[in-house]
Amino acid sequence: MVELALPKNSRVRNGKTWPVPEAEGPVRRFRIYRWDPDAGENPRLDTYHVDTGSCGPMILDALITIKDKIDPTLTFRRSCREGICGSCAMNIDGINTLACIYGLDEVKGDVRIYPLPHLPVVKDLVPDLTHFYAQHASVRPWLETRTNEPGTEWRQSVESRKKLDGLYECVMCACCSTSCPSYWWNSDRYLGPAALLHAYRWIIDSRDEATGDRLDDLEDPFRLYRCHTIMNCARTCPKHLNPAKAIAELKKMMVERTL
Amino acid sequence: MDYRTDRQRALGLGASGEGSQHWWSQRVSSIALVILTPLFLWIYVPLLGADHADVRQAFGHPFRAIAGILFIMVLFHHLRQGLQVVIEDYVHNRPVLTALTIGSTLFCWAFGVTGVFAIASMAFGR
Repeated sequence: MVELALPKNSRVRNGKTWPVPEAEGPVRRFRIYRWDPDAGENPRLDTYHVDTGSCGPMILDALITIKDKIDPTLTFRRSCREGICGSCAMNIDGINTLACIYGLDEVKGDVRIYPLPHLPVVKDLVPDLTHFYAQHASVRPWLETRTNEPGTEWRQSVESRKKLDGLYECVMCACCSTSCPSYWWNSDRYLGPAALLHAYRWIIDSRDEATGDRLDDLEDPFRLYRCHTIMNCARTCPKHLNPAKAIAELKKMMVERTL
Repeated sequence: MDYRTDRQRALGLGASGEGSQHWWSQRVSSIALVILTPLFLWIYVPLLGADHADVRQAFGHPFRAIAGILFIMVLFHHLRQGLQVVIEDYVHNRPVLTALTIGSTLFCWAFGVTGVFAIASMAFGR
């Protein structure tokens, strides 16, 4: 059966409270999930105080300040710091989003930060995305053709290219899939909103010639039809994309080819 | 030790080749129920508290009998499909899942057929 409570060794306890620094500006309090696989202890919530007068305006700026000035053991992923790499996806104030494009001013009160929900945790705010990436690869997110390759390029009209807008921008941060209850319960078989959005992106690409095969691969009660239009994916996407709409379009195409 | 690759794990046993029919049928039956449910209530509610002979006479009318039978057939068809989805969502133990799916199917068939038989009996004056 589905588990509604955390296992005993996953229950989050209160952790260390770090001292309030001498501040140039207002001080914000951060409550951050910590777990070290080598310590053999339960996860804990550590409390940090960050001087917002001496750090940048985004949540990621505060995390980097904590790592640089307070606690170098705090572990998180980050790279581009402008919402294009998807590395710093985490659960901030109850919402899956990218720390680099989520402003400190968007959170009222304490800033609570957890790793993306319902994924194995590698350490602190770093989730294990292995299966998520493998599911993405399983939808073959690349152009597949049968016709002999043209001398120059596969041509696409402006109108056909426009159909990919709202799809190609996905950065695979996993915010959508890990916000989806269906993905929480059945991620072993359900592909989740991110992989399905990418599947749709290639299915409607006018240049792709594997449309039927791609739809065949999704013809399954779990791979596609675990989506119950909960819409958390569209609500949480930090790039303001709509994976739920892509999934609905896939379901329409599935029916369309049988009627 | 399991040396399966991540990709192999994600692919699993492959796509089963079904799912769309189930999904489409559930949508169509839900639309049918939007029409059939008020229709059935319109037939059934005035009969609450009526005696046996009046109810039999009411369902003796072909329109009422056919609407009642359609309602029960579509309702239990829709219920069976809905229960299957809920079971697949929340039950991960394979033997339990299989048992519950078969059990819910038998339950829906048994109650559906009983309902149809009851209305048909009244319609044919048994």
